[in-house]
Amino acid sequence: MSEVQQALLSDDAKAKIDVWLAKYPADRRQSAIIPALHIAQEEHHGWLPENVIEAVADYVGIPHIAAFEVATFYSMYDLKPVGKHKIGVCTSISCMLRGSDELADHIKQRLDIDWDGTSSDGKFTLQEVECLGACRHAPAVLFDKAYLENVTPEDIDKIIAGEE
Amino acid sequence: MTDETIEIEIDGKSLSAQPGQMLIEVADANDIRIPRFCYHKKLTVAANCRMCLVEVEKSPKPLPACATPVAPGMVVQTHSAKALDAQKSVMEFLLINHPLDCPICDQGGQCELQDVAMGYGKDVSRYTERKRVVADKDIGPLIATEMTRCIHCTRCVRFGEEVAGLRELGATGRGEFTEIGTYISHSIKSELSGNVIDLCPVGALTAKPSRFTSRPWELEQMPTIAPHDCVGSNMYLHTRRQEVMRAAPRENEALNETWLSDRDRFSYEGIHSKERLLTPRIKRNGKWVDVDWQTALNVAKIGLEKIIASHTAEKVGALISPSATTEEMYLLQKLLRSLDCHNVDHRLRQADFSGQGLAPNFYGTPIRFKELSTLDSILLVGSHLQYEQPIVNLKVRKASLAGGKVMALNPIDYDFNYPLHAKVIAKPFDMLNNLIAIAKVLAQGSSQGLPGTVAAANVEVNDNIRAIAAQLKASNSSALILGAIAFNHPQFNAMYELAELISDMSGSQLVCLPEGANSAGAWLAGAIPHREAVSLDIKKPGLDAKRMMEAKLKAYITFGIEPELDCANPSIVKRALDEADFNVVVTAFSSDSIDAFADVQLPLATFAETSGSYVNAEGGWQTFKGTVKPKGEARPGWKILRVLGNLFDVEGFAYTTSIEVQHELRKQLETLQIKNRQERRFNMDTPHIEGLQRISTWPIYRGDSLVRHAESLQQTTTNDPAAVAMNSKLAAELYLKDGGEAVVKQQYSEVRLPVRIDERVPDGCAYIPGGYSETAALGECFGKIDIERS
Ligand code: SF4
Ligand code: FES
Ligand code: FES
Repeated sequence: MSEVQQALLSDDAKAKIDVWLAKYPADRRQSAIIPALHIAQEEHHGWLPENVIEAVADYVGIPHIAAFEVATFYSMYDLKPVGKHKIGVCTSISCMLRGSDELADHIKQRLDIDWDGTSSDGKFTLQEVECLGACRHAPAVLFDKAYLENVTPEDIDKIIAGEE
Repeated sequence: MTDETIEIEIDGKSLSAQPGQMLIEVADANDIRIPRFCYHKKLTVAANCRMCLVEVEKSPKPLPACATPVAPGMVVQTHSAKALDAQKSVMEFLLINHPLDCPICDQGGQCELQDVAMGYGKDVSRYTERKRVVADKDIGPLIATEMTRCIHCTRCVRFGEEVAGLRELGATGRGEFTEIGTYISHSIKSELSGNVIDLCPVGALTAKPSRFTSRPWELEQMPTIAPHDCVGSNMYLHTRRQEVMRAAPRENEALNETWLSDRDRFSYEGIHSKERLLTPRIKRNGKWVDVDWQTALNVAKIGLEKIIASHTAEKVGALISPSATTEEMYLLQKLLRSLDCHNVDHRLRQADFSGQGLAPNFYGTPIRFKELSTLDSILLVGSHLQYEQPIVNLKVRKASLAGGKVMALNPIDYDFNYPLHAKVIAKPFDMLNNLIAIAKVLAQGSSQGLPGTVAAANVEVNDNIRAIAAQLKASNSSALILGAIAFNHPQFNAMYELAELISDMSGSQLVCLPEGANSAGAWLAGAIPHREAVSLDIKKPGLDAKRMMEAKLKAYITFGIEPELDCANPSIVKRALDEADFNVVVTAFSSDSIDAFADVQLPLATFAETSGSYVNAEGGWQTFKGTVKPKGEARPGWKILRVLGNLFDVEGFAYTTSIEVQHELRKQLETLQIKNRQERRFNMDTPHIEGLQRISTWPIYRGDSLVRHAESLQQTTTNDPAAVAMNSKLAAELYLKDGGEAVVKQQYSEVRLPVRIDERVPDGCAYIPGGYSETAALGECFGKIDIERS
């Protein structure tokens, strides 16, 4: 693996990946690819450029394509640039019945974006997510790593204002 | 697995099975047809297509036969209403997205999906929505993709991971958006990539060179033997109206199993090359004129006769391709020897012939190729096995996967598709010392003394050497594999003797894998200067391939080769051929370089156009028939030689078939005296080389004239380019950078070559491949060179 490639991962990220690698047998390093990609995504502004995925694959010691398979399978990995914060609105059945469409429309208007769009100030990206398992308190929103429940347009306004 | 068998019942038939077997295996073994897509007997079970659903008694739901292990008393129905219903439903799902472009699909007529749809599909689709469309991918010059047709069976993915050992294809995305591809667009690199064409049950992956050229039902399937390596993979050529359209593997479990290397699969393209020589030609007043065979052969005969009359037959030399048929080898040497000339050789790239008198009957393997996959340890000595012998490498990889340890002593740190337990990467002229070091470690604590010269050699022992020696010694079963680099090395004989010694001391097998398809046949048929057919020693041997060129003979016959691209020292070869009075060139391809030195050119049939036989490194004879008529006026080599023999009035040249030639040789082989091991000389002198050393091998698709003319293979990135490769340290010392240009000087000549940085090349060395006209002005494969910035 080239030095240039490896420079795409900070020492800190590598140390964090090492923690995960240590949890699996030496011949099962592939098992650490999911957390490793998360770690890399975090330090690359919330998304995974192709060369970063390759660097992670090299570091973990698996073929590039095996890392791409994982990165393209899970919606939690973003393969295009995103804003500083990701607003994931659940549109699955319970949330839909409890007003997720209105919620999403509100956000779209407020930030002048569509699904997967990023606000012009680069702060927010709106994403449609599948059931978050929080149906009991629908509609649910995943704001970065935080679960928000019973979300109203006003709640969203507050959050957006708070970050602005 | 145990030996006990269990009884099961499929479709009312009682069958016995081994515990652990899957239902589908038992059904296959008993000719009960269960439809399938993802299952393949050589790959792991993925069970993702669900096409093989069958009804199993006591199971509420149908079960996939490919993933259901047999159990005693199991009662299975493959065609019950329940099974058929399940199979039809799966088929309906598969056809939801599969395009209906069979009329323009290369797979049409040999498509597993088409076949199964015929049996299980409905005429009418209930699906009215748009079908999914997947953008095509460019994965290189060998494989065409039509990914909309893919049914995601993942056979191609599993092949890369499990067999080829190079995972390049994968399934990205998910659900409806799953796509098979490389993700980042690049050319597939595996030397076995073409096998996914056979594996793909639909028309998603098809052969690019033969795309849109024929329909399967127009083709005739002709069995033959692959002409590039010492395995002799069994294959079919698919022909239409006397044209080879494509190639496919022919299953032979002991050799190539169900696989074929890309080199064997796509080299047929060379048959159609524009550079084929189509008519006999003679040089008249410096100009080439096409003539008929009789004229050309007469000119050849009279020319040679003149040389013999004025200089003796010893001034004639003949070089033959190591991939020529045994019959051609036999007739060429018989012709020359009947004229009293022993200057005949097939060892075009060998540099050291000092031990030839003590050589075995032929260099080969004492164990079968398939046994390699069961060994505990294997030491590669001077071999880029993966590219030299792709099929043998598969066996070694199997050994590695089963826990065997593979080790290497090489001048370049090749990436193999298995891990190396220990490796020594040494400059070419340090390789011998490393072998000595291994022998010395093995000798420690053993009563067996080392030969004096070996014991006296002052060599360095490092941890890698110790690891190699320890591993060989500790193994119950092990082998040393001597590859092309060892064979072409200027100290081949010493390396061979040491490899033999190490094998003895460690209880290993010594496996020799020389280049060419028929090195063993050449030795047995007498295409060597020091032994006649059937290993009969000659009192006064002729000149070997190297000396023939150094001696500047008066006339040469070259057979099936492009001398400047096929020989060890092209600059010496060129000088000898240019200065000779008369050259007869029997060749399938013409070129400027051949035009320059030849006096007569006789068009030769390729392997597909002639009958004959190859002897592989196991010593196995494989006879094949011609599959198509030779192009133009080209003629099978054995016929050309027969007529020449007749013109020279040599007795016993009245053959009417190549089989007669073979019988004549094989009859004599009944009296073959096995060459027992003789006293070895152990000449351990290593020349002292100051400065840079050249490393030269023939890239995977540059090794013989047929493959060099196969265009698609030439476009792959698997082939090392004509460049000078060195590590970045040396490049920095020489002020060179990647992509720049360097002047390379060797002996009396120099060439300009692009620079390639390759960290696998050791310090103080540069890798410059042979087989390219760009490097053909240079000298020997291993030796001193100078490199400067241009
Ligand atoms: S490309 Fe062919 S072999 Fe590969 S997954 Fe698709 S259908 Fe299967
Ligand atoms: S449907 Fe939105 S959380 Fe389950
Ligand atoms: S062949 Fe059994 S599931 Fe595909």
